[in-house]
Amino acid sequence: MRDFSYARAGSRAEALDLGQADDAAFLAGGTELINWMRIGINAPARVIDLARVEGLDAVEEIEGGVRIGALARLNDVAQNPLIAEGYPVLSHAILRAASAQIRNLATIGGNPVQRVRCPYFRANEGAPCNKREPGSGCAALNGIHDRHAIFGWTEDCVAVHPADPPVALAALDAVIVTDHPEGGRLIPVREFHVLPSQNPAWHDVLRAGELIVGIELPAPAPRSAYLKIRERESYEYATVSAAAALEMDGGVIRRARVALGSVAMRPWRLVAAEARLAGLAPDAPEVADAIDASFAEARPLSGTEWKVRLARNAARRVIELAAEA
Amino acid sequence: MKITSPKVSRRSLLRGSAAAAAASLAHARQVSAQNAPEESAFEAWIDLRLTVNGQAHALTVEPRVTLLDALRERMQLTGTKKGCNRGECGACTVLMDGRRVNSCLVLAASAEGRKITTIEGLADGDTPHPVQRAFAEADAFQCGFCTSGQIMSAMACIEEGHTGSPEEIREWMSGNLCRCSAYPQITAAVAAAAEELG
Amino acid sequence: MAIGDIITRVDAPTKTTGQAIYANDVNLRGQLYAAFVGATVPSGRIVSIDPAAALAIPGVVRVLTEADMPRPAPSFADLYVPPLATRHIPLQGLEIAHEGEPVAMVLAETLEAAEAGARAVDVVYDAAAFTDPALAEPVDPDPGRGDYSFLDIAEFEKGDAAAAIAAAPVRIARTYTQPSRHSNPMEPCAVIAEWSGGRVTIHDTIQHVAALQGVITGVFGLEMDQVHVRSIHCGGGFGPKGFIWPHQILVPMAARVVGRPVKLALTRAEMYALVGMQPHMVQEVELGADENGRLLGISHIASNETGVTEDYIEFSTVPSRTYYACDAIYNRQYIRRGNVTLPTYQRSPAEGPGSWALGSAMDELARELDMDPLDLRLANYADVEPSSGEPWSSKMLREAYEMGAERFGWRNRPAGGTRDGHWRLGYGMADSSQGTQRYGSSARVRLRADGTAVVESSFSDIGTGSATVMRQIAADILGLDESAVSSREGDSVLPEAGPTWASATVISTGTAVHRAATEVRGRLARLAGWPADAVGVENGALTHEGEARPIRDILAEAGVSEVSGDGTFTPNGGEFSDAGPEGFPSRVFGVIFVEVAVDPELGLLRLRRATGVYSAGRIINPRTARSQMTGGIIWGWGMAAMEQSRLDPVLGRWLSKDLAGVAIPTNADIPELDVAFVDEFDERSGPLGAKGIGELGATGVAAAVANAVYDAIGLRVRELPITPEKILAG
Repeated sequence: MRDFSYARAGSRAEALDLGQADDAAFLAGGTELINWMRIGINAPARVIDLARVEGLDAVEEIEGGVRIGALARLNDVAQNPLIAEGYPVLSHAILRAASAQIRNLATIGGNPVQRVRCPYFRANEGAPCNKREPGSGCAALNGIHDRHAIFGWTEDCVAVHPADPPVALAALDAVIVTDHPEGGRLIPVREFHVLPSQNPAWHDVLRAGELIVGIELPAPAPRSAYLKIRERESYEYATVSAAAALEMDGGVIRRARVALGSVAMRPWRLVAAEARLAGLAPDAPEVADAIDASFAEARPLSGTEWKVRLARNAARRVIELAAEA
Repeated sequence: MKITSPKVSRRSLLRGSAAAAAASLAHARQVSAQNAPEESAFEAWIDLRLTVNGQAHALTVEPRVTLLDALRERMQLTGTKKGCNRGECGACTVLMDGRRVNSCLVLAASAEGRKITTIEGLADGDTPHPVQRAFAEADAFQCGFCTSGQIMSAMACIEEGHTGSPEEIREWMSGNLCRCSAYPQITAAVAAAAEELG
Repeated sequence: MAIGDIITRVDAPTKTTGQAIYANDVNLRGQLYAAFVGATVPSGRIVSIDPAAALAIPGVVRVLTEADMPRPAPSFADLYVPPLATRHIPLQGLEIAHEGEPVAMVLAETLEAAEAGARAVDVVYDAAAFTDPALAEPVDPDPGRGDYSFLDIAEFEKGDAAAAIAAAPVRIARTYTQPSRHSNPMEPCAVIAEWSGGRVTIHDTIQHVAALQGVITGVFGLEMDQVHVRSIHCGGGFGPKGFIWPHQILVPMAARVVGRPVKLALTRAEMYALVGMQPHMVQEVELGADENGRLLGISHIASNETGVTEDYIEFSTVPSRTYYACDAIYNRQYIRRGNVTLPTYQRSPAEGPGSWALGSAMDELARELDMDPLDLRLANYADVEPSSGEPWSSKMLREAYEMGAERFGWRNRPAGGTRDGHWRLGYGMADSSQGTQRYGSSARVRLRADGTAVVESSFSDIGTGSATVMRQIAADILGLDESAVSSREGDSVLPEAGPTWASATVISTGTAVHRAATEVRGRLARLAGWPADAVGVENGALTHEGEARPIRDILAEAGVSEVSGDGTFTPNGGEFSDAGPEGFPSRVFGVIFVEVAVDPELGLLRLRRATGVYSAGRIINPRTARSQMTGGIIWGWGMAAMEQSRLDPVLGRWLSKDLAGVAIPTNADIPELDVAFVDEFDERSGPLGAKGIGELGATGVAAAVANAVYDAIGLRVRELPITPEKILAG
């Protein structure tokens, strides 16, 4: 790991101030940044430790929803009654992420900033990867890519975003709140990650020195669920994941929001399917057809055709699970 | 005592929504771009005081030194193990302010002011902690390399109250890999210790 | 404590308190930390190495390249490969044999500086075309490329298998493949070496202390007493700590060059590149049977990947000539060379892969015959060893089948495909078995005036419980309480023990300890004036014809402070190793039954329950033995359901050199496991009546799981691991 200099921010204002230094990175939970520095994904000259910033870790009700401070630890968010009862999809997504130890470190604000798990991107010694070295090519495209994208990829990058919580947040239409010396922003989670067609080198839309300060959830979604598919039962990234939030009229879906994870460089909302799901019973045979509407745009790689089938099945299943919630 | 309500939620319940509104984006404080940070705010070497197992340790380290390497290579507390150095195995698990964390993912600098507990800090003199005893009695290890992390994780798992069933223990102990695969015995040891500690 | 008692592991007090010292926990005054620079090409030549940027980093002391390193002494040429894993030592030349091979070694005052230095060294390569061994042509192993081909036989023929199969009324011919698979013990390899006055002390983490000692003498042209090796605790072996790998030679070399102690711990990524893995394998199995399921012919042809430097052979055809009664058997082993790290033995060598192929083929044959797979096994029960026709040393597999079927409920299991919500349940079984290996071993037992005893032998306790069991054996012979017996192990100054691999420790070193303790008891009897062969022991006292005298009193009255006895186990013909008692082929047996759940829509496979019952001779400590078996079953589950290392076809590097991109089982994957042993005493195996069990549990599991998947959803998976894409393809 290249050495760096270190500063502790005592407040949000101080963090933003320090964040204006050249080649600086914010350190929240550290579960990603420290590994990036080890592998050489990122070698900032300066690190700003946010651990002592006060007042950014609350989970609280706001008008029409809940606001989660960016520095709230994942385990605390998932087990907070406001989340566990009001937004089970988010609680489940978090509790299926990583391990109990990592969730004690990782923050809800840092989590969406997680970078891809493509093995070429994560190679210690560096492999051709446009996210590691723009212009160096995509080793996965010509190599092993059977855990890669089925939506929204280009020949410059076929990786998927691996994190669980953003899939739930995308299904909930949550908003990421940022601050920056030149003004903060409200960024819908659905638009936070950058598709390779927009820029293959980027992961997200954050600017230098921009700090995520919170995440805002709209109205509670008690009928919601998260499904994570992986080879082993725990402590593993998703092969495919699915989040659903339903509003029901008796036994019939009034409104459905469904997002898939690990299928694209961002959580993938099944917009076309959602429109067709309204008016259906969650276990109706027509649900499969409704979901298929969103798979018209699926474009599997040679190695990911199986993931199309899996993602379709996962979407159908998570709707059942959400209806039972 | 079992943690029944996470810290954050208790605090949030005490706060009103006015505080929340004040923290929302519409009121985000604007910082002048002219206020460049002072370079001196960033340090290349850090004088640290770390509290480990109730003892204060003073050390001067580069910021890149992790808590794990500080414990092992600078404080001779080698009971905490390095299995992957990536947060992928759990062998380096310690308690920080009572919560389990991977010490390979924590900078030593970030741990200042926190209460660190390692495997060396559990026994009361020659009397092992009930969790340590449970691991011995349940034959919950073979090579022993993951065991420190397993026991630290078990301490927290019990404290958190995630011991309601074997399935719950298995899930909440899955952040600690064991290649000898003493998993069934580890689950039994955690259940036995949880029972004893009530 | 006696043999057969349930004893808590003797290392529990240190291992549960963080006090057990592993190699990487050793810190020596003046030590330098080492970090390797690994080759980024899988084949080619080093053109130049520029260390300037690394040397500019504060704390970096040296950057060693091949130009700086000493060359091995002439005696290096006399070493066998194995125990030397490979004769290709990096930093001795410019050629690159595989990706990740060290090309430089950075030495620094701190670990952080060494690691940063390793990233800063600038290396230019002339890359050459690399060969992916998975695609290479299978060829006969060359006996001149290493000595692995002498460890078993590459071709076996009994009768005319091809003709017998062709004439058989029921035939199957299938190909089974499995991926490269890294052992990933939780403790990465680590070594620290210090020279003093022409002698070297090495702290390492290894399965065989004497092997490292011998290799180091050969590399540096030293005598055995000039090389002191310590491996007090070993944080998991599973293969890559068995033979001696290049880093274990390069660290003492570096320490000699700089005149300071040098400490190196491999990174997790280096555990993929610098030590061996279980090789990628392709196995073709043909079976011919009559209508009653009796095997008329077996053909088993295997090929495994190997490196470009030596021909490593994974002798996976062994099960086909040892499991079932058959008059016509053909086995053949090929290798496929490519630019990968040399493979090595992994739990379970030969029979882990072999039992996967044969156990699957037998299930396919049973389906073809519409016969219960257990009945097919019974129809082909081998009452004598099939390849030689000689009687077994002991075998109680019939009893194991019966007990296992009963415990599992095999005979009244639900129909395959039974639904549980979205899950479909499936049931499968297979044979577990492993051939016996024994190695020359010696031990000393010292009984002291205070009535305590100590066992001394250089064996390595890699977590299998060797230290516990050795003390238990000595206590049993001497009639002492467990608290009265201690042990010293893992140090080359102690009487030389054989390796802790191939399930050989109890049968080899255990026999030596038994003999040493028996020698002590005899001497004690003589001190008491009783005939050595007519005394007994009880609660710290020696007994003879109803009379009992406390051991302490005997020693005190004789005025001796200690009675010491040496014991050895010598393989047949005085060789380094053998395969059991002469004329009586020896192996351990068992059966594994599993219930799996498959969610065919989501591609999920989960283990619901498993029962393993084993015929493995006498069990010394049921608690540590049980742990060996459950650990083995879980090892097999990993093989079946998830574990694989994949070589990138373009870059020639392992795709994921970590524990996040390569799945191994977690706690949540594992239900309660049911394990039992048949009550057995193999009187031909030695005075203990025991055999080896460490490798046994992991055999057969992958086949049982694949067979259960077929039972659940009718999908036959012949390519491990059984991952979601394969289930969804069905």
